[in-house]
This record gives sequence, structure tokens and C-alpha cells, in this order.
Amino acid sequence: MSEQTKDSVDEVIEVVDEDPLDRPEIEDDPEERRLEAQTDEGAQQLRPMDPRTRELVLTGGQWPEVEDIDDTMILNIGPQHPSTHGVLRIMMELDGEIVLRAKAIVGYLHTGMEKTGEELTYVQGSTNVTRMDYASPLSNELVFSMATERLLDVEVPERATWIRMLLVELNRIASHLLFQATNGLDLGAVSMIIYGWRERELTLRLLETITGLRMNNNFIRPGGVAADLPDGWRDDVLELCTAVERGVAEYDKLLSENPIWRERTVGVGLIDTQQALALNVTGPILRSTGFAWDLRKAQPYLAYDDVDFDVIYTQNGDVFDRYQIRLYEILESIKIVRQCVERMPPGDYRVQDRKITPPPRARIDESMEALIHHFKLFTEGFRVPPGETYVAIESPRGEIGCYLVSDGTAKPYRLHIRGPSFYNLQAMDAMVPGGMFADAVAVVSSIDPIMGEVDR
Amino acid sequence: MLERFPGSIFADSHGQVVVYVDRAVWLDVATFLRDEEQFTQCVDVTAVDLIVASSRPGPVGVATERFEVVANFLSHPRNRRIRVITEVPAEDPTVASLTNLYPGLNFAEREVYDMFGVEFSDHPDLTRILMPDDWDGFPLRKDDAPARVPVTFKGDPGPR
Repeated sequence: MSEQTKDSVDEVIEVVDEDPLDRPEIEDDPEERRLEAQTDEGAQQLRPMDPRTRELVLTGGQWPEVEDIDDTMILNIGPQHPSTHGVLRIMMELDGEIVLRAKAIVGYLHTGMEKTGEELTYVQGSTNVTRMDYASPLSNELVFSMATERLLDVEVPERATWIRMLLVELNRIASHLLFQATNGLDLGAVSMIIYGWRERELTLRLLETITGLRMNNNFIRPGGVAADLPDGWRDDVLELCTAVERGVAEYDKLLSENPIWRERTVGVGLIDTQQALALNVTGPILRSTGFAWDLRKAQPYLAYDDVDFDVIYTQNGDVFDRYQIRLYEILESIKIVRQCVERMPPGDYRVQDRKITPPPRARIDESMEALIHHFKLFTEGFRVPPGETYVAIESPRGEIGCYLVSDGTAKPYRLHIRGPSFYNLQAMDAMVPGGMFADAVAVVSSIDPIMGEVDR
Repeated sequence: MLERFPGSIFADSHGQVVVYVDRAVWLDVATFLRDEEQFTQCVDVTAVDLIVASSRPGPVGVATERFEVVANFLSHPRNRRIRVITEVPAEDPTVASLTNLYPGLNFAEREVYDMFGVEFSDHPDLTRILMPDDWDGFPLRKDDAPARVPVTFKGDPGPR
């Protein structure tokens, strides 16, 4: 090694020693921690619970010029990268293996669905919105339908409400199972993708027997749901509940006490309640900070005030807690689903207003009026009185809202969906910096972003 | 609140509280809501382009302009929501940014800028978020037609 090269290496080492973010030092020796990890106890103490809490930097501004190009490295991840859940692109500034800053760059899946929504009638609208958050399509349909119904001043029948609740909860189970599978895969617990997918496939198969489609169901529509529940649905649902419960117990056994899993997740990606609220974070990430806020309890819609379930929340705000919350929320959803099976009321599955919902197929052959209604509904749609409203519900990822403006025609004047992932992604700015690069993958995975909803 | 911000108009929109405020007090209203009325989150900011609206939503007395910027506030301690709307004229589409109060609105305001061309003063990073950086036009404006982008086909023989 020439003298000159050696000098510059020393220089780099010197620079690295200065902590550019003024992070609190992790006092213990990494080698010592590694040795400690080999003992069978104290996996949780491996990383002190609070070493990386720091002042919240929330600028999001242009990055300042890097003064010395040798200090740090800008690394681009994505948009096509297996751990980015679709087409998320992340720019990271790295100092060795420590992430100094991370910036999410979105828009690669932008297809102008809000603009499309302005061109489709309210009857067609749920086909459009269901494709936004493709892991929980029924939540999108529900929030759109509820907003439309509020503008129409229509009350849906009780049975429709309970069918909706059943479906949305089944969908929440499927979505959280998807999270368990991909989260495990991202963190190296590769077998989780098989187990998670196994139960998720059962759930989707059940949704297929009820709605006709595995995903993008287009089943919850303004005025009710598209069809009644099929024969024998009770047995299918209960069978699924047992299978998923067995699966959840297995994941719990596989991961929760697993020292490798705990080392990868406990104390990683910390965020506290104040930061989460400031960054507009909702859903499981907010609940992982010890803030028990769930719209199903706080501002009940459908029949959630009628069923018995608990809001799961934890105190630490790390990746492990978010994993745990989603795991136990599956069990709470099963609780609700069981109550739906038990208490499903009889009656209509949609409003019997022919201006809003189509007549039964058989009536079209015998009634001229039914034929006209059917034709008018599917060509022109129905008119919605002028007005504007914002409806919010709890999707598996947090608060999904629909801001709907009508000018009195059959098409929405403005359709805006507040996607929870869009806002939750910003929490990355608070959770990633100061941690190791490998932890950033864990953090992004624990946010559980669905890019279809981020970009819309 | 009426005493603090004289020009504002309250309305009831299908059971929800809506306030139409003047653009000049946009930031003050948000500060007031956050600091004195315990509205802990501003869950969403969006906009509406009213240029072709045949009948405009909203109560009588609101001087309508081309754009409406809409913010939905949520108070966790009081479990209430309020929607604040301000009118933004087309010739000067600027409104104060709320990112200093609610940092989580960073993406939302960028989206509104990207889609409507409404600018937020004092926003830390007002760049396009969903569209490409070199995009021309603002897609969600009503006069920005979809599919207006010229498509060049491979081997296009050109005009005949």
C-alpha cells in the first residue's frame, strides 16, 4: 500500500469516528453483545430498548450537498427490489452500515385512479377503488360505498351491514396473513412465506366462494352488497376460522420466542406516540406505540359497537411489536367473524330502491319496469345530490378515508382516497435513520405499505 | 372560533362539521385547532378543482374560487373531526403550508401540488411526488384531459 493511500484511509476512518447525526452512543462492545447472544437468555436485552431514540428530524427537504464524497454513500434501493413491496424506491445515505437518512420516492405505480374515478359512475366506482389497496380491496369498496350512501342519505339493511362486516374482517385476516408471510420472508424466516400463504390462500378461497373473486372483489357496492351469502357459508367460515387459528398458533410458536427473530426485530425501528401522531401514522404502527386508537372502537361504523372485540396495542413501538399486533389482530378478527356467523340477521342484502340497486335477474324477463331500471342503472347510473363528505374507516393498514364531492350528476365530481400507506411511509424518516442497513429492510417490511394505495 | 376568525362560515355537511375560512388565516386556524382545540392530527389534505362544477357544494355566502383546499382534522382526546376548507383563486394558487404544525402532511401537500398546481408556501420540499419530475401540467385539474399525452408508436409512418 502506498503512503498516500494509507493516509487517505486514515482520514476516512477519522471522519467516520465523528458521529454526523450526534447519535447517542451504544455503549456496549459489539463483540460482547454478539457473545451474549449465544447464551439462551436475554435476547430482548441484546439491544437496549431505547438506544436509538433521537430528536425527530422532519424536514424532507432537498438533501444538502455532501461535502466530502468519501464520508458517506448514497444508495438507491428499488424501485424493482424484492424487499420493497412492489415499486417503492428508497434513497439512503449510508455511513458504513449505518443509515443516516432515508427518503421514500413514490409514484411508480401512479395510474391516475382518482382521475379515472371522475369518469366512472357511482355504480362503476367500486370497480375502480377496489384496485387501490389490493391487499384489502373490500375496505376500499366499503369506504367508497359508505361515502356514496351518506351523500344519498340511504340506510343499508341490517343484513347488508353484517355481511359487509364479515367480509371486511375476513379481508383483514387475509391482509395480515400476507403481512406475516412477507415480513417473515423479508427478515430471513423464509418458511413463513409458505405458512402465511397457506392460510391466506384458504381465506381468499372462501372470499372467492362468497364474492366470486379472490381479489378486487367489487362486492360491496353503494346500497348494499352484490349478492347474498352462498349456501353453506357458515360451515366454510367456521372451518376457515379453525384453520387460521391453528396457523396463528404455529406462527407464534415459530417466531415469537425465536431468539434469531427477536434479535432481528426487538428494539428495531423505534417510533413513539408523539412522532407517530405528528407524522400522520395510523393503524398498527400507531397502536404499537402504546396508543390504543382504532376507528372500529373509537368511531364505530357498520355494527362494530354491537360485537365484542379488543383493540390490540403494545408499548415499545418496534418492529417486533408491529408483528405481534398484526398477529393478534387476526385472532380478534376471527372473534368478530364468529359473532357474525352466530348473529347474521335475516333480511335484504341491499336496499330495495330500484334507483340505486338493480332488480333481480328473474324480474327482468317479466317486468318492463325492471328492464328499464336495469338498463338505466348500468348505462347512466344514479344521480347523487350535490354535497361533499369525508368517511373514514379502519383498514388493516390504518385510517382509510374517502373524500367525495358530488355536483348532482351520476359521476363523482371529485373522488379522493386517503390511503393509510401513503402517510405511514413517511414514518420511515423517523424509524430508519441511526439503524443498520439490514434493519431498514425490517422497518419497511413492518410498515406494510401497499404501493397501489400509495400511488393510486 | 367564530370570534377568533370573523370571516369563517360554519356548515353542517351530512352530520359533519365543516368550516370555510379565509385563505389568509389558513395557518392561524390550524394553529388554533392544534394548540387550543386539541386536534392532534390533520389526517388529510386534498383539493378540488371547481372550474366546471355545475352546482357548487357548500353553504351560501362562500365566495367561490377555482380551487378548494380541504383539510380534515381529527382530535383523539375529544374524538371529533372537523373539516376546514379554503378557497384558492386560479390566478394565485398559493396557500400556507401546514407542515410545520403537522409534519405528516409533507406527502399530502406535495400530492396536491403535483395534481392541482396549488403551491404551499414554506413547504420544505415542494416537488412532484406521483408524476415524473419533468411532467407538464397538473393531471387532476379539470381542464387537463386524460390521455392527452401524444403516444409515439414504433415505426409510425407519420402523418398521411
